Amino acid sequence: MNPEPRMVEVRKNILKQNDVVARALRDRFRSQGTLAVSLVSSPGAGKTTFLEKTLTLLKPRYGVAALVGDLATQNDALRLARSKAPVKQITTGTLCHLEASMIQRALEDWNPGQLDILFVENVGNLVCPASYDLGEDLRLVLLSVTEGEDKPLKYPTIFNSADVAVITKIDLAAAVEFDEVAANANIQAVRPGMRVFKLSAKTNEGMDDYLQLLEKMVAERLHQIPA
Amino acid sequence: MHELSIAMSIVDMAQEEAERRSVCIDAVHLELGALSGVVKEALLFSYEIACNGTPLEGSRLVVNEIPIEVYCQTCNMPKTLKSIQWFCCPDCGAQTPEVIHGKELAITALELKQ
Repeated sequence: MNPEPRMVEVRKNILKQNDVVARALRDRFRSQGTLAVSLVSSPGAGKTTFLEKTLTLLKPRYGVAALVGDLATQNDALRLARSKAPVKQITTGTLCHLEASMIQRALEDWNPGQLDILFVENVGNLVCPASYDLGEDLRLVLLSVTEGEDKPLKYPTIFNSADVAVITKIDLAAAVEFDEVAANANIQAVRPGMRVFKLSAKTNEGMDDYLQLLEKMVAERLHQIPA
Repeated sequence: MHELSIAMSIVDMAQEEAERRSVCIDAVHLELGALSGVVKEALLFSYEIACNGTPLEGSRLVVNEIPIEVYCQTCNMPKTLKSIQWFCCPDCGAQTPEVIHGKELAITALELKQ
């Protein structure tokens, strides 16, 4: 008979290294009075257009800047730079998501000035970014009307990890017969109570409500969404 | 697909622990939450690759899957979700946003070579 296997109990959080860096970033952002907002979505949901419009509208009144993650190219940084806000590209090479240490490194040799809001655009991916805390106080998950209403059910983990859902490209909703009620129900199924904005960065429809949330959080130095 | 880098972290951390205790590892026991964002099958596949050429080569990864446990404010007690796509109390149907378990991604034990 085989003897009982010899076991030693340990408790090691695999993502501890990331979590430690993320916590340090969060403390730093909060002490500097900077609201850190991250964006996740599938590729092509409209993160960059949405962020460019956000930066453009906030820039006259707030200190804003953006870090943008992609596997390769500086294209998104160039697009976002049209807003005149400081922008820095993080190229991840083959990595499918941003990690806290990449944010930390990107901030080392970059001085975007006093910031009210720092945006972090993650790599377009609805899977891997869910596991990595980036030190943000607000995580937005974007869902475009062209993608289908069941995305939240297909990628429940990332929707559950986010604080706010943003339905983008609503100017195309009629053309693609987007079912808003179904989309909302699916979002609420995987993340009950989640605030949902629907907007078009192209026509500006719905942008105000969303910007007001950010402005309120900045003004009152809130670290989570007000009830 | 971030399971390979997760698997490499598991191998590194387990090996570090083994060296500290001067032992050899036969298996690594892992808690994997349904909301961890890590896929079990992909992780098991990646683990083998990550072990290649390390002292853990040939070792096993034993995955203990942790279901999502939420707190139901209506029933006033923890409940286990039946589906990751439906954050509602399985008994009373109330929405249950408060997650207690399911995000685990941790080594819990090492099985040692005899």
